[in-house]
Parts: sequence; C-alpha cells; structure tokens
Amino acid sequence: MKYKSQKVAYWFFALSMLLFGLQIVYGFIMGSAHAGYDGLHSIIPFNTARAVHTNLLVVWLLSGFMGAAYYIIPEEAQRELVNVKLAYVQLISLAVVGVIAIVGYHFNYWEGRKFLEIPRPLDYLVVVNVLLFLGLILTTLFKGKRKTTTALVLSMGLLFAALLYLPGMLPFDSQVKDSFFRWWVVHLWVEGVWELIMGGILSFLLIKLTGVDREVIEKWLYVIVGLTFLSGVLGTGHHYYYIGVNKIWLIVGGIFSALEPLAFLAMALFAVNMYRKGEKKHPNKLALYWTLGAAIVSFMGAGLLGFAHTLPQTNKYTHGTLVTAMHGHLAFWGAYAMIVLAIISYSLPNMTGRKLYESTRGRVAFWLSNIGMIGMTVAFGVAGVAQVYLERKFKMEFMAVQKEIEIHFVVLILCATIFLTGIISYMIDFYKHGKPNDEALETVSN
Amino acid sequence: MLSKKQARAFFLGGTVITFLIFIGLTIFSFSKAQDQSNDENITEAVVKGKELWEANNCMGCHTILGEGAYYAPELTKVVERRGEGYIKAVLTTPVDWAPNGRKMVAYGFSQEEAADLIAFFNWIGKIDLNGFDTVVSPLAKDE
Repeated sequence: MKYKSQKVAYWFFALSMLLFGLQIVYGFIMGSAHAGYDGLHSIIPFNTARAVHTNLLVVWLLSGFMGAAYYIIPEEAQRELVNVKLAYVQLISLAVVGVIAIVGYHFNYWEGRKFLEIPRPLDYLVVVNVLLFLGLILTTLFKGKRKTTTALVLSMGLLFAALLYLPGMLPFDSQVKDSFFRWWVVHLWVEGVWELIMGGILSFLLIKLTGVDREVIEKWLYVIVGLTFLSGVLGTGHHYYYIGVNKIWLIVGGIFSALEPLAFLAMALFAVNMYRKGEKKHPNKLALYWTLGAAIVSFMGAGLLGFAHTLPQTNKYTHGTLVTAMHGHLAFWGAYAMIVLAIISYSLPNMTGRKLYESTRGRVAFWLSNIGMIGMTVAFGVAGVAQVYLERKFKMEFMAVQKEIEIHFVVLILCATIFLTGIISYMIDFYKHGKPNDEALETVSN
Repeated sequence: MLSKKQARAFFLGGTVITFLIFIGLTIFSFSKAQDQSNDENITEAVVKGKELWEANNCMGCHTILGEGAYYAPELTKVVERRGEGYIKAVLTTPVDWAPNGRKMVAYGFSQEEAADLIAFFNWIGKIDLNGFDTVVSPLAKDE
C-alpha cells in the first residue's frame, strides 16, 4: 500500500464479504424450494428469496468494484484520495440503502422488474450515492500526477455503469418497452461496461503480479474492451428475439452475440500470455490464482455457455428456462465474483501488512469454490436441458416437469455446499488478515 | 504490429459506431410501421394490471415473454391455456394455491384487481413474439 487513503477499500471489501455470505444463504433457500422443500414459504416466499439473492449479488459486486477503485485509483494517479471522510459516508449510505431494500423485499416493498427490484425512492438514493463515489474517484484521478490507461478504463466503466442505470428508471405502460429498456441496464452492464471495470482491474493486477511492461498490457486492454463493445452493444439483441420487437433483432442479436465469446477468449489468452511472459517473482500466488482463474472461468461461463444458447434457433426453446440459470451462475462467478476476490486477495496483505500469500486455506478456498460452482452449473444445465425437452418438445405441463427435475436440485445443493465451504475458507482468510493499518505503508513495495 | 494509439482508436471507434447503430435500430423497432408490441391496445385496465404485476413481483417466480424466474409457469398465453375463471380463482383465493405441492402466495386480490391482471395477460397474449408463442402456447401443444 502506497497511500493511506487506500485503506478505505478494506471496508468496501468487508461489506462485500458480508453481503456475499447472505446471498449464498438465500440461494440455498431457493435451491431447497426447487427440490421440493419450501418450509420457509410463509416468511420468505420464492420471489423474496430470488429478489434478495440477485440484488445482493449486484450490491456486493458493486461494493467490490468500488473498493477496487478506491484501492487502484490513488496508486495509479499517485496521490491520496481527495476526501476520505466522504468515502466512508458513501460506504455507509450504500450499506443503508442495501439493507433497506433487502428488508423491504420481505414486506412486498419492491418494483417487480427482474434484477432492478429496488423501489423507485431508493433508486434516487442509489443515484446520489454513485454520484458521490464517481465525484471522489474522478477528482482523484484528474488531480493526480498521471492518468494511466488502466485507471481511465476502470473509471470509464464505473461512469458508464452509473449512466446506464438511468434507462431502467424510465416509466413505461408497455411491458415490451419496459423490458426493452431494462436490458439497456442489465445487458449493457454485465456484457458491456462491467467488462470495462473487469478489464481495468485485471490490467492492474497483471501489471503488479507479472511484472510485464505496462505499455504492453494496456495496449491489449484497449483491444479487449474494444472487442467487448463491438460485440456486446449490438449483442443486446439476443434479449430482444422473443419479447415483442422487430425480427431485425434475430439477425443483429444473433450475429453480434455470437461474437461476444471472442472478447472473453481474448481476455483469457491475454491473462495467460502475460503470466507466461512475466517474471513470476511476485510472492502473492493466491492473487495470481484468482486473477488467472477469473479470466479463464469467465470465458467458460460467459463466453462458451452464453454462446450455447445465444443463437435464435436455440434460444427459441431455451428462453425462459433453467438453461439461463446455468449460464448466469458460471458467468457471474467467473467474470465478476472472481475478479473481486482477486483484487481482495492482492490488496489485503498490502493493506494489513500480513503476508498470508501461500496459505493452504487460501488454496482450498480457490479450488473448492470453483469445483462447487462448476458442479452447480452442470446441475442447472442438466435440469435446464431436461426442462426444454420435456416442456417445450414433449409438451408436458410445467409442474409435471418440475417434479421430474427435482433431483437435480438435490445435486445442486450438494455442489453448493462444496462451494460454500470454499467461500467460508476465503472469509476466514479475510478475517485472519486483520484490519488495515498505517504500518503497512512502508512494509510492502508493490 | 498494432500500436497503443491504434488499439485506442479501435476501442473508441468501434464503441461509437456500434452504439449509434444500436440507437438507430431501437428507433426503427418502435417506429409506427415496425412496432409489433400491441401498443395500440393498451387500456387503463392493462396498465393497472401491469402495476399489480410489478408491485407484487410476480416475475420473481413466473416468467412472462420468457423473462423472470423459473419457479412457476410461463404466463404469456395463460388465458388461452387456463381460461379466465381458473386465473380469477388463483388470484382471489385467501389460501395458498399449491398445484402439485408448489405454493403460490395467497394474494387475495379483489375481483377488480383480478380483472385488471387478466386484462394484462390478455394484452400480453396478443403480442407478436416472432414465433416464441408457438413454443409456449397451448396451440403449439396440440400441433
């Protein structure tokens, strides 16, 4: 850690860990309900569990991205954060908005629009919160001694993510238009600007961990984010095939979303090649695991599994089935959860001064969580494909099919338990690092 | 070999061009001649139905137009599949509806609210879905 104000990142990461844990609990509630055990229905019905599960994911990832920015931007700009107190105000207000939203979901206080369930009054608070965050980050960047490509790409991703939240707040009487513009937020976030954020964090980590020249890494960063937007913006069309808009999207969405895996493939090749080129001297092997893991698993989850049902001919049958959950879980895990865990693994020893670089627990966390998540993805996939054939090809009733596929949710719960064991190990490691302190300033050079 | 400046130009140029095309296609999709979203048949009851749909997060269990959660049935063609009487019974019942053991929250909607939701489902059922309706509709099941 080079600047005292980078410590603020720790508390964003701690909030992420807390919310991540809670997200998994609600995942178990949903998995059990699918397996036929819905004992909590009267307190936590499925739609509550679902809204909590997906919104906690978004909030903990955003908190992780914000923490990453608070750590990376001062170091890249070579100056302290412009106002540390306001950063803590921003953290607390983020946590408060998140908690109100989550509690509200248990009392039918929401806006039932997939992924954007936060009620309208809270939306305005989110906007204020994000503006404060962006103000702090961008002022730090522009007052800094240098403006690196890594910092610019990361900041641009965060700025566009904030701007793209706005179309989701437009009111429509038509479900079709509502859905159309909701994807401007959701798709252009996860298959657009969030990849900028991921790319920025990945680039920072590769520069630090591999020792490869910054110019080389940042050049390829531009190529990757260029590929992302080139395919991802018009790739939004894959959400528009069957929701009541023009057939033109079948062609545009089909072609461009089929190109989306290229960006993830480029990212995976880029990360692996930089690692090979590098000096391999950095002692923080766990951070390297998570960094390379993020690049590779995101290609599998977002790239390959996304491609598996993105063509209109396939999507006609898989649209609105558990096949989407298969792709969604590995994609979010690989692309976003793992990159947040990577920056935490890298920055935690630097902020606390405790160099737990090579712990067995850390390796257990990496492998168990990945094995568990791959198992979960397979379980969702088998359930989803069975659902497609039975319901959409053989015309069986929805609930009759659900009964047939219950067993796959038992497998899902088993795999989720392995995943949880990995995540608990990660959290114990997080706790063992202790709190950030100023003594860590001189002890770590990277 | 590609320089950093060329890489940046590729990123900025590609982004601007694709985004402009995206905006153009959006305008095209909702232009009067191309619009297939059944927009002209939205009534007050449909809007009220949509508000109830959102206020109770029905999408948190069901899917509609293929979007939502995957815990309860797709409702795009539900009126054709079940009929209005059945739907009204599900929406107004004071006890949990539990076909095949999977429970739905007992919302206990009023008759008027149930009618608004049915108007919403009826409106949804008449949207041109580029063939997806044949996959989820009862007509497709008879084919």
